[in-house]
Amino acid sequence: MSSGMYEHMRNNPKFVKLVTKRARFAWTLAFIVLGMFYGFVLLVAFKPTLLGRPIYQGSMVTIGVAFELFMFIFFWLLTALYVRKANGEFDELTADLIKDAWKENK
Amino acid sequence: MRVLNRIGLALGLFATTVMAHAGPALDGIQEKQATNWHAIIMFLLFVALTMGITYWAAGRTKSTSDFYTAGGGITGFQNGLAIAGDYMSAATLLGLSAMVYGQGYDGYIYMLAFFAGWPIILFLMAERLRNLGRFTFSDITAYRLDQGSVRTMAAISSLTVVCFYLLAQMVGAGQLIKLLFGLEYKIAIFAVGILMMVYVIFGGMVATTWVQIIKACMLLVGGTLVAILAMSRFGFSYHNVVEQAQAVHKLGPKLMYPGSLLADPVTAISLGLGLMFGTAGLPHILMRFFTVTNAKEARKSVLYASGFVSYFFNVIFLLGLTGIIIVGKDGSFFETGKFAFASTSKVGGALIGGGNMVAMHLAKAVGGNLLLGFLAAVAFATILAVVSGLALAGASAISHDLYARVIMKGKALESKEIKVSKVATICLGLIAIVLGILFEKQNIAFMVGLAFGVAAAANFPVLILSMYWKGLTTRGALWGGYGGLISAFLFVLFSKSVWVDVIGNKAPLFPYTQPALFAMPIAFLAAFIFSKLDGSDRAKAEIEAFEDQYVRGQTGFGASGATTKH
Repeated sequence: MSSGMYEHMRNNPKFVKLVTKRARFAWTLAFIVLGMFYGFVLLVAFKPTLLGRPIYQGSMVTIGVAFELFMFIFFWLLTALYVRKANGEFDELTADLIKDAWKENK
Repeated sequence: MRVLNRIGLALGLFATTVMAHAGPALDGIQEKQATNWHAIIMFLLFVALTMGITYWAAGRTKSTSDFYTAGGGITGFQNGLAIAGDYMSAATLLGLSAMVYGQGYDGYIYMLAFFAGWPIILFLMAERLRNLGRFTFSDITAYRLDQGSVRTMAAISSLTVVCFYLLAQMVGAGQLIKLLFGLEYKIAIFAVGILMMVYVIFGGMVATTWVQIIKACMLLVGGTLVAILAMSRFGFSYHNVVEQAQAVHKLGPKLMYPGSLLADPVTAISLGLGLMFGTAGLPHILMRFFTVTNAKEARKSVLYASGFVSYFFNVIFLLGLTGIIIVGKDGSFFETGKFAFASTSKVGGALIGGGNMVAMHLAKAVGGNLLLGFLAAVAFATILAVVSGLALAGASAISHDLYARVIMKGKALESKEIKVSKVATICLGLIAIVLGILFEKQNIAFMVGLAFGVAAAANFPVLILSMYWKGLTTRGALWGGYGGLISAFLFVLFSKSVWVDVIGNKAPLFPYTQPALFAMPIAFLAAFIFSKLDGSDRAKAEIEAFEDQYVRGQTGFGASGATTKH
């Protein structure tokens, strides 16, 4: 029974739409996080003095601290963005898809 | 020569901070402190509360699903707290605040590495994990592959991770409790082992989850309170804190520069990979994804968990910085009675109780014995929560994977399976107690490195390939899994932390402490090559079966549902 349902879903163009859309979104976010994080790791390894500079003359906040704090907040906002989109738009598409499959499977 | 020095420093720092993540690393062996009654009373309150919960949970733990995953009825918010509780061990608080105290900015860099894995887990894994798995992550790797051999392989690497992680926690726990509570090492080990067994055996995942939730709240409240009290001394100005910290610390203005950590790119990247993908391969963390109702709640749990972790790491950064001034300038916290920065070469080396006690001393300085007692109780509670999660993950690998699926081939009675997992918990608890006592004086830093290495190289590659790559076959999964397990094991064995520090050879055979950058490609490559070379009929059927698995992973249709609410 399940297998029949899966067959219907797979052949539904909405499935392809859901999968491509979500994959593109998830991988984009993943690459932003990986790119920023490993970029930062390379800065630490090769340009440590840059990270130790203050953000402006006389400030105690260094570029490194500011950039890291930004990443802590930004990465978390990205997870919030993903959850919002996946729990809303993508889950609606999924529910739609399952409804279609039930109908066809009757 | 300078480069060599930097690498050496990075490696040393890594060894201590890996410990910092998973188990309290204590610099030097400390003497037993006077019995700390505030801490003991507060800890007893915690035990009484969690025992009450365990009693309540025992009445609700009837089926295997209740036992392994709390019936799948945990909400995203509860699970988020529990994951944060699982992830932030006692040593996260103690080790990382001590690292900021000693190394300044380096500690902050380290925390980002611990945090950055979470968004990746959410984007690429969380919903497929929930949609495909039921009790253990082997449910996913063995979904369309040969149940017997693939589950055996996954159970072996799970148990390897659990045992080494558990042992590291036990030894760290014994030393920490001896120090904070003034109890004998052996008594501390027995207390942790027995409480862990009681939570898991009687309360299963329901009790374990609640222990983690309560402990996460205590940790967040305790840490925040100390940070607020400490920051109030500087008018809540980050500027003032850094200015004064730089004036006091022997690193001076270099305090806020990246120092020795991650100075060598190979170690840096290998470490980043190991932390990121090791987290995504830890059985007790993965198991938490099966406790929620559906993929929606699984996603929410990562959102909450990463929010708490991210917040708390920033609190710890402040604790470390304010500790430099408040603890660093207070002679009463130093064994010599004088503050250490100006005169000694080893930063924090002369702190009473060892270098990792900065957060504790800070609590005492700003909140007196009461706050110190509270924070010590939090540390004890934290250890209990983490070892309980580990024991449950280990027990389920034995009872669900090995007993029910491999030996009984899926025909085990539910009541019998639960009984096996309880016996497995007792065995794991006894092993942990005995080894914990035997390893009291051993250098255990390598164990956590090994646990993370195996998780990243044996569990993660096969798991992610089974979810994403159609072409994975049983033969590929076995070669990849065992290849990752053995290579991670050998890289750690031949590295400085075991070959030199434990066995006592002169030079390491493998120059890096972090195995991930080398062991992970071996696992992926082996899985790929042996899947491609597998032309058997079974392999063809397995590749075909990916289609249905893929639809289920994407839509959640057919995923195991929740049975009970909590």
